[in-house]
Amino acid sequence: MKNRRSLWIPLAAFAVLAAFLGVGLTLNPRELPSPLVGKAAPAFSLPQLHAAGEVIAPEGLRGQVYLLNVWASWCSSCRAEHEHLMALAGTRELPIYGLDYKDERDAGIAWLHRNGNPYIASAFDAEGRAGIDWGVYGVPETFLVDAQGVVRYKHVGPLTPAVIEGRILPLARELARHG
Amino acid sequence: MARFVAMLLLAFASLAQAGEARPVAADPVLEARVSKLAQELRCLVCQNQTLEDSHAPLAIDLKNQVRDMLASGRSESEVVDYLVARYGDFVLYRPPLKATTLILWIGPLLLLAISLLALLHHIRRGTAAPADDGRIDAEAARRADALLGLHPGKDSP
Repeated sequence: MKNRRSLWIPLAAFAVLAAFLGVGLTLNPRELPSPLVGKAAPAFSLPQLHAAGEVIAPEGLRGQVYLLNVWASWCSSCRAEHEHLMALAGTRELPIYGLDYKDERDAGIAWLHRNGNPYIASAFDAEGRAGIDWGVYGVPETFLVDAQGVVRYKHVGPLTPAVIEGRILPLARELARHG
Repeated sequence: MARFVAMLLLAFASLAQAGEARPVAADPVLEARVSKLAQELRCLVCQNQTLEDSHAPLAIDLKNQVRDMLASGRSESEVVDYLVARYGDFVLYRPPLKATTLILWIGPLLLLAISLLALLHHIRRGTAAPADDGRIDAEAARRADALLGLHPGKDSP
């Protein structure tokens, strides 16, 4: 070989490729950056799950920092996060509202009866139109909304204590201080 | 005849499937616009499929949303803006050219240019170097023979 240094080029190229692929492996393809963060919470006006005659709308929730959790009785990962939502609701630190997404009313009510109800109220989105407006693509999803009605944080997938303690609560406390 | 029956059955089978999976608008012109647009949009659940290809519930909902918006007189670009505002650029199969996507667009061209330059360089150097005449010197020949188990210096039997 005339030039021994050129031998290293394929190895270097491979190392670069491996580094890129390695980083790619650690990323979760389901976690997409939400364009909603920093924008006003999309409006909806939906019947409540437990009271079909009463309407729940984000405008009515203004003036408080709250969590909107998108869930459904058919969603198995919602079971995984439910105990953490129950624990959070137990602290009474952050009001939690639910959006029952593409569900049957009876099934949703039965599910909450069985597993406990951490929500102050749940909106019932049978057709998933509000879900589309909120950019929901994988249940469960959770949004933190500030007192001015601006979405501040979005989490896709089941909540974990690490996410609640590490991201949501610190941000909610900060928003409550400044709001 | 059997072939004709088979074709007929196949035709009905595809009809049945189409009716089940995606409600088709009565207006074929509108449906063509919906399909064309749905081919440009990504299904967010099954991320390597377009809305047109996907039968995931969310994909069907989004396609219905696209159909409703087009039917109500909104333009293609308004529908795309609506979806991008909710799901981000990821919903587009053809990402827009901007600072964050620049490497995506020019990366392959850059790699091609680098490879071509390297190839050119390699070819030039190859022609400039003295050509290999195919002969090897006596020392190398002896070593090769020794490795092959032949006895150096002796003629083959």
